[in-house]
Amino acid sequence: MADMPQIDVEKCNGCGLCASVCSCQIIAIVDSKAVIIPRNDCSGCRQWCTLCEDICPNKAIYCAFEVVMENTPENL
Amino acid sequence: MNTRIEYIQMMPHFSGLSSSEYDSIKQHFYEKKVSKGEILLFEGDAADTLFFVIEGVVKVFKTSADGKEQILQIIRPGESFNDVPVFGGESNLASAEAMGNVVTCAIKKSDMEVIIREYPRVAANVIQILSQRVTQLVSLVEDLSFRNVTGRVAKVLLEYAGNGSDEKPRLTQQEMAAMIGTAREMVGRSLKTLEEEGTIRMERNRVIITNQETLMALAGTNK
Repeated sequence: MADMPQIDVEKCNGCGLCASVCSCQIIAIVDSKAVIIPRNDCSGCRQWCTLCEDICPNKAIYCAFEVVMENTPENL
Repeated sequence: MNTRIEYIQMMPHFSGLSSSEYDSIKQHFYEKKVSKGEILLFEGDAADTLFFVIEGVVKVFKTSADGKEQILQIIRPGESFNDVPVFGGESNLASAEAMGNVVTCAIKKSDMEVIIREYPRVAANVIQILSQRVTQLVSLVEDLSFRNVTGRVAKVLLEYAGNGSDEKPRLTQQEMAAMIGTAREMVGRSLKTLEEEGTIRMERNRVIITNQETLMALAGTNK
């Protein structure tokens, strides 16, 4: 399964803002906590829009980026 | 296998010691494991422990009164943190948090003082390490004073760029913002600007540097 946004359940207060903005509709609130529920028709978070991380008032969601140097003639 | 002595040997503080000297100091070290988000040090607490990262990544940061975070340093395996207050001050200058599962090797200040007294070589190594810390902080002051936000984002991207196969810490936009002393929104805007200019390409959870030279020019660094 592809990488998913990470949720810190200790910080999450279950407000649901993340679920409301999720472009891929893979975040749900279960037992007052945000959880990632991958959909059957795709691998999960396809867009990595980071809206959930941006909107979370408690900074409980992390959408981390890997930084990669492209192997182009300009970069060699 | 004596893993503790392997940890000690990879630390610059103790380079140049003989095998028997490593053997005699290893008793002072102990292992501490923490999970993502756990705090290893609180700013303001008594500085009584020096940490060496064995596995994982630790962020060293300060928090303002209104909750804004400024990351001072990202500590990778083989590096240490809390050197400055342990060797000089009385309280921790910053807090430290595990960015994932972390294994550290730690030593108490009093034990480190014994080792320094006993082995002048270690004292010389520590002077060099403290000098490097000053250089890093001068670099941070330079970033905050002279580079615009896009330039600072460019510098962070260059510092954290891997070739896709080696292990480099992943960064959220929030963490990038905390490193360069700006708001997360500014980081988002800068990444968009860099992408529009063709310097980087965003592919889902990857930032791909497509033009290193331009990025270096923006960052004000030399090839």
